[in-house]
Amino acid sequence: MPRETVAEFTVDHVQVLDREGTVDTDLEPDLGEERLEELYRLMKLARRFEERAIALQRRGEIGTYAPAIGQEAAQIGSASALAAEDWMTTSFRESAAYLARGTPIDRLLCYAMGMEEGAEVPEGSRSMPPSIAVGSQALHGVGIGWGQAMLGEEGASLVYFGDGATSEGDVYEALNLAGVYDARTVFFCQNNQYAISVPREEQSRAETLAQKAIAAGIEGIQVDGNDVLGVYAVTRAALARAREGRPTLVEAITYRRSMHTTADDPSVYREPEEERDWEAYDPIDRFETYLRERGVLDDELIAAIEERVEADLEEGIERAMDERDSVDPAEMFDYAYADLPPWVERQREAFEEGPGGASGDGTSAGGHGE
Amino acid sequence: MASNRTLVEAVREALSEELARDDSVVVYGQDVAVDGGVFRATQGLAETYPERVYDAPVAESGIVGLGVGLAAVGLRPVPEIQFSGFAFQAFHQIQQHVARLHSRTRGTLSCPMTLRTPYGGGIRALEHHSESYEAGYAHIPGLKVVIPSGPADAKGLLASAIRDPDPVLFLEPMRIYRAFREEVPEGDHLVPIGEARVVDPGEDVTVVAWGAMLREARRAAGAVDASVELIDARSISPLDTETITDSVRKTGRCVVVHEAPRSGGMGAEVAARIGEEAFFYLEAPVERVAGYDVPYPLFAREEAYLPDRERILAGIERAIET
Ligand SMILES: Cc1ncc(C[n+]2csc(CCOP(=O)(O)OP(=O)(O)O)c2C)c(N)n1
Repeated sequence: MPRETVAEFTVDHVQVLDREGTVDTDLEPDLGEERLEELYRLMKLARRFEERAIALQRRGEIGTYAPAIGQEAAQIGSASALAAEDWMTTSFRESAAYLARGTPIDRLLCYAMGMEEGAEVPEGSRSMPPSIAVGSQALHGVGIGWGQAMLGEEGASLVYFGDGATSEGDVYEALNLAGVYDARTVFFCQNNQYAISVPREEQSRAETLAQKAIAAGIEGIQVDGNDVLGVYAVTRAALARAREGRPTLVEAITYRRSMHTTADDPSVYREPEEERDWEAYDPIDRFETYLRERGVLDDELIAAIEERVEADLEEGIERAMDERDSVDPAEMFDYAYADLPPWVERQREAFEEGPGGASGDGTSAGGHGE
Repeated sequence: MASNRTLVEAVREALSEELARDDSVVVYGQDVAVDGGVFRATQGLAETYPERVYDAPVAESGIVGLGVGLAAVGLRPVPEIQFSGFAFQAFHQIQQHVARLHSRTRGTLSCPMTLRTPYGGGIRALEHHSESYEAGYAHIPGLKVVIPSGPADAKGLLASAIRDPDPVLFLEPMRIYRAFREEVPEGDHLVPIGEARVVDPGEDVTVVAWGAMLREARRAAGAVDASVELIDARSISPLDTETITDSVRKTGRCVVVHEAPRSGGMGAEVAARIGEEAFFYLEAPVERVAGYDVPYPLFAREEAYLPDRERILAGIERAIET
């Protein structure tokens, strides 16, 4: 029986800024000093935001929180490649990406404080609210990218998920559908090495996660996810292709240096040596080395940036706390449907009357929504 | 002999004893092995049974669908879905295959799967981590749905579920995983599925509850100026109609308490069965104290959503005063 190879595939890995902070000038994205400084400020802001969020959770001010310390380059680099007309669809660990898109700090904190208010999409924003169910959002990102093509819009769609999410059926379906419909979608997988406790190697036998694109007939590429310039360049190129109807799966290799969530204890499933190894590849330190050598940053400027970051955080936290103090629980009835249906209206009235109210839970007296 | 256990410890004990008793039991799910489960329900099991306790990729449909195959070759899968809100990712497997394998093959194959999953609200969790859609599962013929309200029952019901020839969805109320301890019989302890428990006998009004709501209902019953017969339904499907209707024939009044949304919830089913079987004994309409018909709110508003002692108390009073 004749047997021959009918298809062969390769997956590229991209790194622009190496671990010592030396840049590959052939691949270096063309960013002015101001943009570089801005990338740096955003990474610092994200790092401090995560640290403050963990501290706030420890004090009982916010709920269970999923920090992305160590993933700043992956998120800031990719989200900074988005144009205003592009859409972003996220998972639950993308505070840094939201910050890069200009989402106010207090909105993120309100959400973390358990207030639906924090998930409202501000007028003109093209950022979807976070999806807590792992991988389910990948399909939405494809729907957006396909819809944009149908509508003849300018933009493209960037969807975030983790390494664990690539095991979910929804993500496979999303990759396949993006290829079928020429969706203007870029899949951005942050491979941070763990899905809660399960290491990347036990998530899939595949050598790379990027190669999951291949079966769907779309492009798969790996990037050093702790290299903000590499992430930016790869994402920007992928978004440009997406605008032509060619979707891409980007696998950003990074490391979640913090716990999975504030309810997690990573010492159960990983070794301190591994954590120390990755500490040496911290995305912020590496970028700072490069920027100092390029003369973009010096001690004085860094101090000024840090001061601004702290002030912004302080203000955001204060705003969120003020908003929490004025939460109206009865609002939970108002958004279940576009128009408040009569039976829910009655439940709302009963709720406001309190448990002693004549109509109980709102349906026993007066029937059920007739 | 009995030991003082929390609900989560009782679950772990049942799993450990069933793994020891039956070589065909296989435990697997997201983070269940090395991490011992996000609630530590499976802690230590992988060390003792490395060949029968596995971590799984993040793939609920995969986890449940695999179990259908494991069952087909004669194993007894006991998968865990990390939070019941994500069992929806596997809903098609549950409805189309788990619940139907036996009937589809006219009994030549079966799916004795016990699908365990933390369930319900009250722990300030993230979106989708607090829902209680037991009615949706109870609506599926071929599937049993069990919800313990305390450690002893958790152990006995889980052991029964694992030994049951039919698939069982075993919902574990997160809020009471560690809220209190209770004497749990050591060794073999089986609580039959399909039998409700009369927690406290009474004469004036029947209160039916399950899961974490049982404790709230009990607190309310203790505060009311009437003799309350409190029933823990325990098994949502099959539901023990007889225990409930016998009680209503005696009291003439019934309040059903659940944290799931009111419309289409199991309270409606309880009320309907009372209407069918004990209508002429009723002295008041069956009262439902339930969650509201809104998506489960994020935690800043969850206390407003969940039935508590006051709301249940008011429900009981309405039933009595009518
Ligand atoms: C559908 C679904 N299943 C399970 C969970 C519970 N859970 C939350 S995060 C997580 C691991 C996700 O890992 P990964 O996709 O790698 O993202 P990361 O947390 O590393 O950012 C799991 C299993 C969930 N939120 N959604």
